[in-house]
Formats: sequence, structure tokens, C-alpha cells
Amino acid sequence: MTRENPSPYVVTAPASSHRVWKDRAPLIGRLDMELTERCNNNCIHCCINLPEDDKARLREMSKDEIKRILNEAVALGALSVRFTGGEPLLREDFSEMYLYARKLGLKVMLFTNARCITPEIADMLALVPPLEKIEVTVYGMTRGSYEAVSRSPGSFDEFRRGMDLLLERKIPFIVKGAVLPPNRDEMEQFEEWAATIPAMDKPPSYSIFFDLRCRRDSPEKNHLIHTLRAKPRDGVSILSRNRESYLKSMREFCSKFMRPPGDSLFSCGAGHGACVDAYGMVQPCLMLRHPSVVYNLKSGSLKDALTRFFPAVREMKATNPDYLSRCARCFLKGLCETCPAKSWMEHGTLDTPVEYLCEVAHEQARDLGLILEGEKAWEVKDWEERIRRFSKNIPG
Amino acid sequence: MEHEVSLDRVYSPSKDIVARDVMGELIIVPLASGIGNTEDEIYTLNETGRAIWDRLDGRTNLREIAKSLAREFDAPPGEIELDIQGLIGELFHRRMVIAV
Repeated sequence: MTRENPSPYVVTAPASSHRVWKDRAPLIGRLDMELTERCNNNCIHCCINLPEDDKARLREMSKDEIKRILNEAVALGALSVRFTGGEPLLREDFSEMYLYARKLGLKVMLFTNARCITPEIADMLALVPPLEKIEVTVYGMTRGSYEAVSRSPGSFDEFRRGMDLLLERKIPFIVKGAVLPPNRDEMEQFEEWAATIPAMDKPPSYSIFFDLRCRRDSPEKNHLIHTLRAKPRDGVSILSRNRESYLKSMREFCSKFMRPPGDSLFSCGAGHGACVDAYGMVQPCLMLRHPSVVYNLKSGSLKDALTRFFPAVREMKATNPDYLSRCARCFLKGLCETCPAKSWMEHGTLDTPVEYLCEVAHEQARDLGLILEGEKAWEVKDWEERIRRFSKNIPG
Repeated sequence: MEHEVSLDRVYSPSKDIVARDVMGELIIVPLASGIGNTEDEIYTLNETGRAIWDRLDGRTNLREIAKSLAREFDAPPGEIELDIQGLIGELFHRRMVIAV
């Protein structure tokens, strides 16, 4: 990254380290917004997608509602908005919403499958750049593997066309993967291709441990997702396949983030930002849709959600005895993805242990040498010492 | 882009950027392509720059702005004119202001 010579008048800084957002902390830095839950793909593993023509469209926020929320986010200090979905480009007014956000002075982060990127949309993105890399999820390197995941005929060609349009116009984007049976053997090929994409400054990330349906709307789809999840050992093998860099990052991560959470439900950043769903409800995080922790923006304000409602949510305590005897005492918190959102998706509660994620975390901890075969992490007394030795790479 | 800043000209913020006040700080966010080196960059002005920027109303020329600032800050107009020329030159080069 090059920087121009320092100027006595104009201070140039990456937004991530700019003093306004770093030191003065406006009420919100980034707003997440799901423009729709509908998608033109029907991915086998997806936790949210509805059919493209689903009647949920009738309940989606209007343009004016979206604009009102964007206006308020800007007034509260937001620098960026993430448009996601579903497939956000399915909304016919996407371009209008995009330009509206940009003209408010927001950077736009766009999560898309790229299928709906037309020459007109690509031209707009070139003329008025999003100022954030677009993130494109890739489901396979061939028509066969891609469409075995997307279950949408013609989707592969449309995705490739969308990619080409972005590349031709030099619009920065990155790609992400989802490791699924149809594409599991293509990771090397995917990474080689990803490395040719100009804006890819590191290897692609992957979804591996798939979430169940976040609306808890389909036992059938949940059943399918269960069958697609990587076995904990296989998942950890994928995570750690670049062994040296994996260990380096885990040593740093573990020393910073691993400790028993106690009975506090929220030790994450949930509720410090805001995630608006397609219908105008604001959630503490993108995945958490438990009715007791979402706030209706149609009858309230973002400011009220951020200053009154979410702080109260963040004070919530776990009461489930199973959670209190395990998760609350478990030092793998941080490694383990069990959280109120995952508990909601799996069990319809905020504080039920998620066995699959517990197994994954234990597998990962065994692989790192933090626990032994047969040990339960919540029973480990000398966890601080174990983390200390691991972080400093002291043989144990 | 070569441009000689004239104190007798009027300048105004460009439509290629969005200027926002966030927590009392002026933030300049690029809107059109080609402003800035990276997609992550945003801009702020120092105190002097902010005082000048706030007076770029598209009607007042730079000499009048310098006089106004000299009165407000009790500073020599010559020094202020140099600051104005420096700032406007840079902002013009960056496509953040236009000559009206």
C-alpha cells in the first residue's frame, strides 16, 4: 500500500485506524443490513435463503424505510454499511440503495454471489466504488460442483460472468469458499485461482461448520445441513492445513481470547453494532434472531436500540444448568463458537450448549495440545497455565 | 493536474466527495472513483484546513476567506493566504474542491 507524502493540511488514514472511530467511538461504526432473505441460489447448506419469488418479499423494508435507517446510522457516526442477504442484488432497487448509502458518505461492503452483476451494475460500482472489497462466495470451480451446491441451473455461468465484469472494470473483490461434499476436492484449485484475483492479499476463508436455519423454519433443511457439516477432525484438518501460520495465529488468539465466560451470555461484540434484517428488525448480531433480543425499528430508533435495548440484552445471564455447568466454566470459550445465536439456531434458546460446536472446539484444543484425549475442558483446573505454555510455545 | 490557485477565485467542495461531520471532525469520503490511493482511505483536515473548508460556500473568493480568518484568529493575512493556497492546491489536486 502506498501513501502519498504527508500533508500539513489533509490527514489520510485507513478507516480502521482513524482516530474518530478508534478513539472517540461513535455509537455505531458499521451497520449491517440484510436487504432480503431471498436468493437466486438454493444452496444446500444455507441458513437463511428463501426462494427468489417468496412472498416474504411483500414484508421486506421499503426504500423509504431503508433510507431512514441509513440516515440515522450516518447521524450516529456510522462509516460503513454491509449489504447482505439472501442475495442483496435481487432487490430491484439495489442500485438506488447503494448510491443513496454512498452519497451519505458511507462505505459499502457488499456480500453477493455475483450472479446479478450486470454491466450496468458493474459500471456503477466502477464509477462510484464501494470503498470496501466486494465479497463473493464461490460454491465450486466447475459447473457441476457449483450447481450441485447452488441447486440453480445456469448459476455457474452467471457467477463467472459477474466475476468477469468486476475484473474487467478492476473493481476490487475477494472470494470466499464453503467446503461442501461437491467441492471438497477442489480447494487447491480454488486457492490457485483465488491467488490470481488482484485484491486477494491472503488465502480465501471458508465456511466449514455450517449453521442451522437461523429462522428455525425448516427441519428438512436442518437435517440436510447436519449431513453436510464437516466431521470435527476433518474440519480441524482444513483449518490447520497451513500448519505453521495456523499455530502462530492460534498462539496469539488463545492468549487474548480464551477464558471461561461465566454466566454472562454475551462476551462477544453482539449489541455493540446493529444488524437490520430484511423486515426492519434490528438484531445484536447477524445470526441472533431470538424474539427476546430483537428490536423493531419500524416503531423505534437505532439510537434507542443501541443505547437502551442492546445494553440491557448484553446484561442477560445464562440460567440453563447444563450451560452453567459446562460452557460457563469452559476455557475453550473463544475457540468454541457456542453462543446465544448458535444456541437459538440449534435449540430455540439462548443458553443451551451446542454439541457439535463443543466437539469441534475440543477437537481443535486436542490438536493444539491444550487438552488430552478424554478431557472435558470445563473440568480443567490449570487452564491458564496451559494457555500460557501454548502461547509461548513451551513444550508441555 | 496543474492548477494555479488564485486568491480571487471562488472554490467549492467537489461533487466527487462527501464531507461529513463525525464527532466534531470533518471526514471527507471519496464518492467518485480515482480519489485516494486505496479503497480503505478516508481523509480529515487539520484545524486550519477545517476552518478554511467551512468557508468554501461557492460564493466567497479565497481573498475574502483569508480576511475573514485573519479577523477571527487575529493572524497576519499573508500567512493565512499561504495556508489557503496550500490547502486549496492540495484539495484541487485531489479533486476534492472545484473552481467555481
